[in-house]
Amino acid sequence: MTVHDMKHAASDSARLEAVGGRLSRVDGPAKITGAAKYAFEQQLDGLTHAVLVGATIAAGKVTAIDARAAETAPGVLAVLTPDNIMELKGASDWLGNPPSQPTYAPLVREVTFSGQHVAAVVAETFEQAVAAAALVKVWYDETPAIVDLSDGKAGDGIPIDAMTKEWGDAEAAFAEAPVRICAAYNTPREFQAAMEPHGLIARWEGDELTIWEPSQWLDGMARTYAEWFSVPFENVRLVSPYVGGGFGSKAVALAHSAVAAAAARMLDRPVKLVLTRPQNFTSYGGRAATRQTVAIGADRDGKIQSIVHRGVNETAVDGTWVEPLGSVTSIMYATPNFSSKQNVVRVNTVVPGAKRAPGENPSAFGIESAIDELAYELGIDPLEMRLINYAEQDPHAKKAWSTRQLREAFAAGAEAFGWAKRSNAPRSMRDGHQLIGWGVAAGTYPVRRAHGEAVVKLLSDGSVEVESSSIDMGQGTYTILAQTAAETLGVPVERVSVKLGDSHFARAGVTGGSRLAGVMTGAVHKAAGQALDELIGLALSEPRSPFQKLQANTLQVRDGRIASPRGEGPDLSIADFMVAIGRDQIEAKGDTLPASTTPEERYKNYTTIAMSIPHTEGDYSRHSWCAHFVEVRIDEDFGTVRVARVVSALDSGRLYNPKLAESQWKGGIIMGIGQALLEEGVVDRRHGRIVNGNFADYMLPTNADIPDIQTISVGIPDPHSSALGGKGVGELAIVGIAPAIANAVFHATGKRVRDLPITLEKLI
Amino acid sequence: MRDFSYLRADSVEAARNAAALPGAMLLAGGTTLIDLAKCGVAEPSTVIDISHIEGLDAIDVTADRAVIGALARMSHVADHTSVKSCFPAVSEALWQAASAQLRNMATVGGNLMQRTRCPYFRDPQNFPACNKRAHGSGCSAIGGATRGHAVLGVSEACIATYPGDLAVALVAFDAEVDLGGRKLKVEDFFLAPGATAEQEHDIRPGEVITAVEIPGSAAARRSTYIKVRDRQSYEFAAASAAVGLELEGDGRTVRDIRVALGGVATKPWRARAVEEALKGKAIDEATIRKASELAMEGAVDHGANHYKIALAPRVIARAILKLGETA
Ligand SMILES: Cc1cc2nc3c(=O)[nH]c(=O)nc-3n(C[C@H](O)[C@H](O)[C@H](O)COP(=O)(O)OP(=O)(O)OC[C@H]3O[C@@H](n4cnc5c(N)ncnc54)[C@H](O)[C@@H]3O)c2cc1C
Ligand code: SF4
Repeated sequence: MTVHDMKHAASDSARLEAVGGRLSRVDGPAKITGAAKYAFEQQLDGLTHAVLVGATIAAGKVTAIDARAAETAPGVLAVLTPDNIMELKGASDWLGNPPSQPTYAPLVREVTFSGQHVAAVVAETFEQAVAAAALVKVWYDETPAIVDLSDGKAGDGIPIDAMTKEWGDAEAAFAEAPVRICAAYNTPREFQAAMEPHGLIARWEGDELTIWEPSQWLDGMARTYAEWFSVPFENVRLVSPYVGGGFGSKAVALAHSAVAAAAARMLDRPVKLVLTRPQNFTSYGGRAATRQTVAIGADRDGKIQSIVHRGVNETAVDGTWVEPLGSVTSIMYATPNFSSKQNVVRVNTVVPGAKRAPGENPSAFGIESAIDELAYELGIDPLEMRLINYAEQDPHAKKAWSTRQLREAFAAGAEAFGWAKRSNAPRSMRDGHQLIGWGVAAGTYPVRRAHGEAVVKLLSDGSVEVESSSIDMGQGTYTILAQTAAETLGVPVERVSVKLGDSHFARAGVTGGSRLAGVMTGAVHKAAGQALDELIGLALSEPRSPFQKLQANTLQVRDGRIASPRGEGPDLSIADFMVAIGRDQIEAKGDTLPASTTPEERYKNYTTIAMSIPHTEGDYSRHSWCAHFVEVRIDEDFGTVRVARVVSALDSGRLYNPKLAESQWKGGIIMGIGQALLEEGVVDRRHGRIVNGNFADYMLPTNADIPDIQTISVGIPDPHSSALGGKGVGELAIVGIAPAIANAVFHATGKRVRDLPITLEKLI
Repeated sequence: MRDFSYLRADSVEAARNAAALPGAMLLAGGTTLIDLAKCGVAEPSTVIDISHIEGLDAIDVTADRAVIGALARMSHVADHTSVKSCFPAVSEALWQAASAQLRNMATVGGNLMQRTRCPYFRDPQNFPACNKRAHGSGCSAIGGATRGHAVLGVSEACIATYPGDLAVALVAFDAEVDLGGRKLKVEDFFLAPGATAEQEHDIRPGEVITAVEIPGSAAARRSTYIKVRDRQSYEFAAASAAVGLELEGDGRTVRDIRVALGGVATKPWRARAVEEALKGKAIDEATIRKASELAMEGAVDHGANHYKIALAPRVIARAILKLGETA
């Protein structure tokens, strides 16, 4: 794999540590050398091991469980079943809505999906637990399951009115439009497939619970544990120093988490429970399968008159997940008439969940494929088509964009890709047996905002500590927070250490929706600014300060040294100054909440997502944008699609660290290639069971599948989106890759594939 | 716990004796055995580690035959200079198999003994019915998710695909497997399921594969292995073909041709009908494509694997065309 790195100006590398510098990941060496200790790697005295037993039916009742053989197996400490597991209280949801049921049963008698946990074995060793789990006998009374969206019993589902977006008279305008296209687009069940599986170690000491668990949201998960076990929030400590990938799946405490914590409480021993790889496909939700129809009516010159969009996503029998399918449809193009509605359909699956850009990702597959179909219907270049219908403001919110560098993205991407050399006719480019296709698609992701808190400590040796309960799952939190503190305080970045992943640190909301960088750089900037003010205040006023007699109004700190702006008087390192005034440390806790915020509101802010700030709040609509240009090569006999080239131009506003942003974008693009060509949870339709739940059979792209990827940043600082001007990075780039590839496949072959993934049998 | 005893064999003789014990299984690179033990398919009572037997990893190639020891690593065979020049299809089949890490561990003997990837076979907990695991228990795959299943050599008892690559090339070139006491054609070593899906290989208790022998030939020297799959690497074949070609002096008439298929049949599949149709003929693209279709005579699909019937002949044709071009 060759990956082009963007050329960067010398001035950038000279100021690596500053915000905007290309500092390498500060946690990189620890990860490469194995020094980074992940949650499950804690060595605890008396650790026991739990293994889950999953339902082998998709719907029905557990009629009996025979645990005798397992209970008497060597090393077994307990076999937990729905009959003997301790009672847990229901926990409120992530919006903070109170629980629908007073109690919560993580082991079930009523089975609603295959693989659902019905029992668990706890033993002294992992091997003993695995062996004994196989001895647990479960009898079922099986009832017919609804296996997927195309199941005859599935029906049309339940309308989700909150998803309805309408203006003008879309149906009438569509009927009258001179040019019309209407097509259905489907995406399958997909999985986050993080390398690090889900799981945890739970330990009780009296009424205090410590959980080591990979987490995208320590405070939110700690709240759930506290509610399940009716202990105060402060009694729960969640530790998650490194996270081996989450992609949306690790933000909430799940049934297996409850089982492990309950087992630890019941046995009064620490319990470790790690899901097997197949269990990672059934114990929490991946991306819901979706179906969309997109109808577009346009003038003969390509101007859109109406968009009518209908979407459906699968959800569970016992829980509702809405994958907002109209999210991109409603903002990408200007149209006087629009209608989008969505249903959810209950099927026998675990509740689907968030996977990188939930909503925007499948939404873009629909609209960005459809606009390409319209372009071909009219014989207009697909890039031109997008420019003809460029939305100058948010067509739905009817507000100005805070910033929208999408036109610039189209221009920069097209230029770097060589789009002008494309011949528009399908099947017009080939190289031997290979049909070549060039496709384009756009993507977008809203700027999700929230409030955050951070502690910044200036220590007596001049070093700096930053503390936050936010996490780093590879996206670079450790690094950009170090850069932010270093720049704000005027100290070298290697003097800053960042501590994350402990819920006893300063609080943070969810690391999801690409919001963390914007929120936390703001909080660290604020806390570091307060620490700096205090430092300078002390230097000016503290009697023992060497600067006190200078009678200056202010001082400045650079490279860890304090001096007056014009250089007269003393010039002292922070360390020497701290010694001079006899201080151990200066500590500041900063947050971005209004001063009037009550303690209850603060708690709610960090442990729910109810206080997120809408991206259309005030006068602006805030989003990141991107344009992808893709070349595919398809073997005309075999139908195999290979992505030969990707050029993406992206607007994430100001980049706090371009190196890390590019790596996130590339990660999104790679994941998008997998979605377009390979990924699909295969359901056995007789049993409602995923049969490819492992990494040999669930296809993810390998290095050999990934071509040259060139990313180009076209963003400008967006003051309406975050304190330092950045917009979201992590989810943006996966949005639009699949349609760009599908559009390229059409260009290569003349065949429109509207069902992902585009596997070879769809092209032969 | 599922306990087993572990024996380390220092000689083939010791391995044979131990392998005769009931419930005994050999361990070479472990990449199949450990996988199958984890999913509950293999439950050996004795594991006989043969990986320390000396001399069993030799690779000996002369103009008229290659003898490859059972413990030779896939990666070593793939990279062997003489294998590459005298049996390019064998090298190509190996380097397109599995992943680099697996090829560094896995042995040629173990490779021949790998089991099907049928997901129902590999999940006894959820799918008790599987004739390959338990004679007469039924087949969970028929009527289920069958995109990867076989279309050739299937029976009502089992439609599982033989997943490997190397054996396809071996079958094309009439290779033999050396079981110590007896030698048999690799083609006969693999058994189509018929009514006895549980019998996959003609190997008896106490037998150990010591080597494979491939006769050299002009067709083997001009040979190739084409493997088609959705993912560029690290995936089993949707369809593959090992083809060897020897042309007359005119550069277009076929003197000898070998064709074998992978990914579409219940065992490595020699396509003799294609060979017969082309032998002695002057070839062009149309003739090749027409003859390649003959490989699918008798193919039976189960819905989702229907595409293999169209795909496999194209893979054969591509391989022949490629060899023809390099004339
Ligand atoms: C994820 C994955 C992907 C793969 N992809 C491919 C692929 O694309 N193409 C492909 O061809 N293969 C593929 N493989 C299979 C791989 O090639 C085999 O696992 C490997 O060749 C087995 O060799 P081993 O030495 O590790 O065998 P082991 O696991 O040690 O043994 C396998 C079996 O052979 C028996 N055995 C071993 N040696 C002997 C002997 N000398 N005599 C008699 N019996 C013996 C053992 O008892 C056991 O039953 C893949 C495997 C995995 C796990
Ligand atoms: S196809 Fe063969 S291996 Fe697969 S379930 Fe049926 S009998 Fe078992």
